[in-house]
Amino acid sequence: MTRQTMSGAMKRRYFKQHLFFGAVLLSAIILTLALGGILFYILVNGIQVISWEFLTSPPTDSMTKGGIMPAILGTLYLTLGAITVALPLGVVAAIYLTEYAKQGRTVRAIRVGVNCLAGVPSVVFGLFGLGFFVVFLKFGSSILSGALTLGILILPTIIGASEEALKGVPQTFREASLALGVSKWLTIWKIVLPNALPGILTGSILGIGRAAGETAPIMFTAAAFFTPRLPQSVFDEVMALPYHVYVLATAGTHIEQTRPIQYGTVLVLVALVLGIDLIAIIIRSYMRRKKRW
Amino acid sequence: MENNHFDTEIIKTKNINFYYGAFKALTDITMNFEKRKVTALIGPSGCGKSTLLRLLNRMNDLIDGARVEGEVLFEGMNIYDPEVDPVEVRRRIGMVFQKPNPFPKSIFNNITYGPRLTGTANKSDLEALAEQSLKQAVLWDEVKDILGRSAMTLSGGQQQRLCIARALAMKPDILLMDEPTSALDPISTAKIEELIDELKKTYTIIIVTHNMQQAARISDKTGFFYIGKLIEYNATEKIFTNPDIKQTEDYITGRFG
Repeated sequence: MTRQTMSGAMKRRYFKQHLFFGAVLLSAIILTLALGGILFYILVNGIQVISWEFLTSPPTDSMTKGGIMPAILGTLYLTLGAITVALPLGVVAAIYLTEYAKQGRTVRAIRVGVNCLAGVPSVVFGLFGLGFFVVFLKFGSSILSGALTLGILILPTIIGASEEALKGVPQTFREASLALGVSKWLTIWKIVLPNALPGILTGSILGIGRAAGETAPIMFTAAAFFTPRLPQSVFDEVMALPYHVYVLATAGTHIEQTRPIQYGTVLVLVALVLGIDLIAIIIRSYMRRKKRW
Repeated sequence: MENNHFDTEIIKTKNINFYYGAFKALTDITMNFEKRKVTALIGPSGCGKSTLLRLLNRMNDLIDGARVEGEVLFEGMNIYDPEVDPVEVRRRIGMVFQKPNPFPKSIFNNITYGPRLTGTANKSDLEALAEQSLKQAVLWDEVKDILGRSAMTLSGGQQQRLCIARALAMKPDILLMDEPTSALDPISTAKIEELIDELKKTYTIIIVTHNMQQAARISDKTGFFYIGKLIEYNATEKIFTNPDIKQTEDYITGRFG
């Protein structure tokens, strides 16, 4: 049937279908353009200041010159600390929820709690960190306080990813192990966890990406405007990439002067986060290829 | 009297009722299983035969809301006694499942997984055990040169024999088999059936099967289940030639089920 021979009703339906497909395609294009536009804008503006020196030297002249090395280092410390705190805690919580807890009201309540935690604005985590780690536990504004705060922030991500990964391990593996007279704990340790590891790692690395990019949780708990020296212990304050951008763009009297440095810092931060995500993607595809069941 | 029974009986159920939540899956099952014999459990889908099998090594413990009444006496000891560790029970009573379920590990590590985690650490002991178990499962000749290869690369029939070898490596007294050939082709099925015939010299085998010819071919005794009840339990030959109960005859002649 050609277009000419179609009835009126059919033409209308045909038109509607095309309209709908068009709308879907358009939103996809807009989304891609927006993302591409942002990245392109950052790249163009940021690339000018990027140099080996920018990445490896501290800021000078009231931060209008020099590099951002302490901020890069600080962000690495904070995210590494956060994952060290959150990964074991999150995986153990997920094991409890999927393998041990009787599915029922309590587990549902815990899950709702975890999901709510994921939805809490990050500044609230910052205030909690300030009240609890900095003031109450007297850790002060430090790497430790910041890492713990970020750790709690990414905990829901890690629990969620780990739960999904654990649930993805076929029940038949558990049965096979238990039927051999291997205890439940050893079954989880030797069979379930190793097979869930790719999923757990992917989720965790995405969590790291989030932790690296957050400003609000660290501004009261760890981040410093400027540190004259690099941190010596976990009780020292640090500079951090997101906070550095925030500071340069809003505080001080040299906002316009530091614009290139701001873009350069943003570029480094974006590259860092995307790089971490890329690692997650590579690990996942590698382990998927290896996994066969 | 009790001692006399010991020679021939290895495990028996006494007035077992089993519930999945509110649903009663088994009603008043009392059944003796003889040592070094093959006992087949047959019946239509949902009749409770698999439930009974999984109850014999406490695999039903894993199901939320499952509840057992009555006793299962394994060499005179009630395995549902609160003092009894189900992990210990499962070491003595192995299980082979409907779908081959090797671990995504090497063939060697599949076989030695159980023994390694339950005490055997010595490498040469493990190697000897692997060889012995694979020979018992008639898989040795096919895999002796590829022990390091992933078990997932084996064919379905080989995987199932690997699972049998893996269960045998624990040196169990009883081997429970839950429709072990239903996912396999006829040639692999024939191999497993030959294997069962060989294994019964050493082990007590209880097998659930959907395939009545299979039950007739390989078993010494057969129990027929219907809607959670043990309808008839007799020598296999009798069940398939001259059953005592009409319902059994209707089932084996294909009138229902």
